[in-house]
Parts: sequence; C-alpha cells; structure tokens
Amino acid sequence: MSEPTNVTGTAPAASSKPAPPPKPAPPVKTPGKAGTERRIFLFAFFGALFGSWIAVAWTALTLSMLGMVLGTVRFLFPNVLSEPPSKVKAGFPDQYEEGKVVDRFKDQNFWVVRYQGIIYALSTTCTHLGCTPNWLEREEKFKCPCHGSGFKITGVNFEGPAPRPLERWGISIAEDGQLLVDKSKKFQKEMGQWDNPESYIKV
Amino acid sequence: MSVGDYIRSSQVWKSIFRHPAPRDRRNRVVVMLTNVFLHLHPVSVRKSGIALSYTWCMGGITFFLFLVETVTGVLLMFYYRPTLEHAYNDILLLRDVATLGVLRELHRWGAHAMVITIWLHMYRVFLTGSYKPPREFNWGVGVILLVLTLFLSFTGYLLPWDQLAIWAITVGSNMARAHPFVGHEGPGASLLQIGGVPLIHSGADARFLLLGARAVGENTLLRFYVLHCVAVPLAVALLIAVHFWRIRKDGGISGPL
Repeated sequence: MSEPTNVTGTAPAASSKPAPPPKPAPPVKTPGKAGTERRIFLFAFFGALFGSWIAVAWTALTLSMLGMVLGTVRFLFPNVLSEPPSKVKAGFPDQYEEGKVVDRFKDQNFWVVRYQGIIYALSTTCTHLGCTPNWLEREEKFKCPCHGSGFKITGVNFEGPAPRPLERWGISIAEDGQLLVDKSKKFQKEMGQWDNPESYIKV
Repeated sequence: MSVGDYIRSSQVWKSIFRHPAPRDRRNRVVVMLTNVFLHLHPVSVRKSGIALSYTWCMGGITFFLFLVETVTGVLLMFYYRPTLEHAYNDILLLRDVATLGVLRELHRWGAHAMVITIWLHMYRVFLTGSYKPPREFNWGVGVILLVLTLFLSFTGYLLPWDQLAIWAITVGSNMARAHPFVGHEGPGASLLQIGGVPLIHSGADARFLLLGARAVGENTLLRFYVLHCVAVPLAVALLIAVHFWRIRKDGGISGPL
C-alpha cells in the first residue's frame, strides 16, 4: 500500500516543529433566498402528497419494512444449484435387447427400455409420492417399495396407489449415434404426450 | 456469627440478592418481582393449579420436554455436521463413540414424547372448556405451537440423513408441489405468469423454497438444520412466552371459567 495521501494538504508536523496555527471556524451556512424557497416548495409538495410529516414517516417505515420482508423471502430462493447434467448419453441403440429393461442408469433417474419396436427412457420416480420403484424381471413389472404401486414394462400403472403412468424423459440420437436422454423434457402418457416423437426412438 | 450469616452479609452476596429470603407474603412478592428468573412464574398459584386430575400437568410436561430438547439438542450440535459427507456418520459416532451418546436417543424420544403430550394437553384443554372466551386467542396460539412442533419434528427427521429420513422428507415435501397456486404441479400455478413467463415452476415454488433445490439434497440438509436448530425454536420460544402470558392474564392456570 502506498503512503496514504494527506487530504488536508498540511505538512505532517515533525516533533521539532511548533504546533500549526488553529484553522478559522468554517462559515455558518444561512439559507439564502433560494434556500428558503426550496424549503417552502418541499414543504408544500410533501404536505400536499402526504398531508403531514408523520404520514411521510409512516409511509417510509411501512415501505422499508415491506421491502425487508420481500428481500428476506427472495434471499431464501437460491440462485445456484448443483445438479447433475440433465443430458445423459446412454450407449448405442443396438446394445439394447428387445423386451428388456436396463438398470444401468437407475442412479441417474431413468431406465432404458426397448419394447415393441421402440426405445424409451422411463423416469424412476414413482408417480404416487416419489419413491424409486424396482424392476422385477420375473414378474415383468416395476414395483414401488414404498406403497406397492405397480407399473407394466410400458410404464403404465396397473396396481397400487399410483394415479398415473411413469413419465418418459426426452430421448434422441446424439451426433455419435448414441442415445441421448434429456431429463429437462418430460412426457406424460395421460396427457397424450407419448405420441410425441421426442419421447421415443423407433428401431 | 454463623458461616451462613457471614456469607449473606458479604458484598458479593448482597450485590446478587438484593432482598432477604421471603418470610411473609409481601416479602415473597418483592423477591419474585425483582428477580428476572422468578418473575416469569406467578407469585402464587391456586391449589387447583397443581391438582393433577384438573390439569393432567400436560402443558407443564410439554414445556419441560421442550427444555430437554433444547439442552440435548445443543449438546448434540457439538458433534454433528450437516453436510452430505458427515451427517450420517456423525450420528453413528454419537451413538457408538461419544460419552453418553444416549443423548441422541433422549433427543429423539423426547421429540416423540413432546408430540404425544401436546395432543394430551390439547385434549385436556378441550375437555375443561379452557378454550372458551376470553381464552380463544390462546387456543389459537396453541394451535400454531402445535404446527411448529410438528415442523420441528419434520425438519429434525432429515438430519440423520439415512434412507428413512431422505424418503420421508421427499414424500412429505412432494405435497408442497401439489399445492394450489404455490406448487408447480398444483391447480392454478399456470395462472401466475407475467407475459408468458411462468412465475411458479420447479425452480421457484413452495417446495423449492422448502428444499432449497429441486430435490432433497445438500441444500435441504443445511436448510432444515438451520430451521430445526435456530429459526423454529426461536419462533416457538416467542409463542410460548405469549401462551404463558395469556394464561396468567386470563386469571392463572386451572381457574374457574
């Protein structure tokens, strides 16, 4: 850090130098004619707007309190989230056997299923209350351990409390030919969205 | 001069205790009212106030459990870190390695017991008609205390960060996303938009505010830790003060209606 500049401009007194003479008192500001006019104008303006200084004070208090509450609420919404990337590559379409469900990507929240000529990615979130079902190969169904919801290989609910089928994530072919699952795109059968070509790959 | 007299005439003693120990009613009042801890309690209580068949003492036991939870909770905070890396293991360490690690169990059992005693207390208040005017507001304050206690249980449940905790909070918080207007999967959420830009979506709804993320994760753990240890206990303490004040102002515990 450089030497702090001496704002007053006076030379720093050395121990041998005599004390610098006292500075004259700064002139007292008396409001000139323009100042009086300004005061009258402000008084009239705010008086007309608010009716009194108390009203100004209350308004200022209320607005600042409101601002602080809203500010606190906004503060509590985080702006930065650390989430895994929503687009995931899932291997080549030929690697998937017809009529089979692949568990490899279960931790990434999807199953890859090849069934009746199409490949699709089912979300691993049970549509009842959000637990993760398990694919039971021998019984040919997804079964949720929490409350027993059951889904067919297509993802359609057929038993238990689940109200609707499992959701599909968006799926497409990446440039290198691999399957690209996009978890930012959701397709729900009950809304007719499974007809959307972005929700399956024809093989 | 006995040792006791000597101590009691010393400057140290007299600077702490300004009045001698109470010997008659007026004395008692002055000692109570000039002591910050004692003045929180009324000077005298009706005989029916300590009759168990009248009050069941459930309100008092609930308050006692709240104090137990606070003390055990603070002690647990010395050994628990609310991060993904440490939370689960710290609880195991508390159980297996820490001296008197049974404190963790005491904290958990105390929480269960407190919820039970709150319900019993509310039941007693209802049976004795102690919610009727002029005590209706205090009943309302009590209901808010009930909700806050349940919320304390909810936030505390996540902190061990085990399977039970994560899924219970996932399921519980999923209800928030189905709320009308403030939940992104609830009815009316699509109505709240400015020029086509939705105000309520998975990254900005009541569930997001609660979890601090779009799914239960590190943000949620920290958020629930702060809520559980600081924010909600402060709110509960405030409301307990109001609750007790109201009882005294309405004529004291177990008085005639």
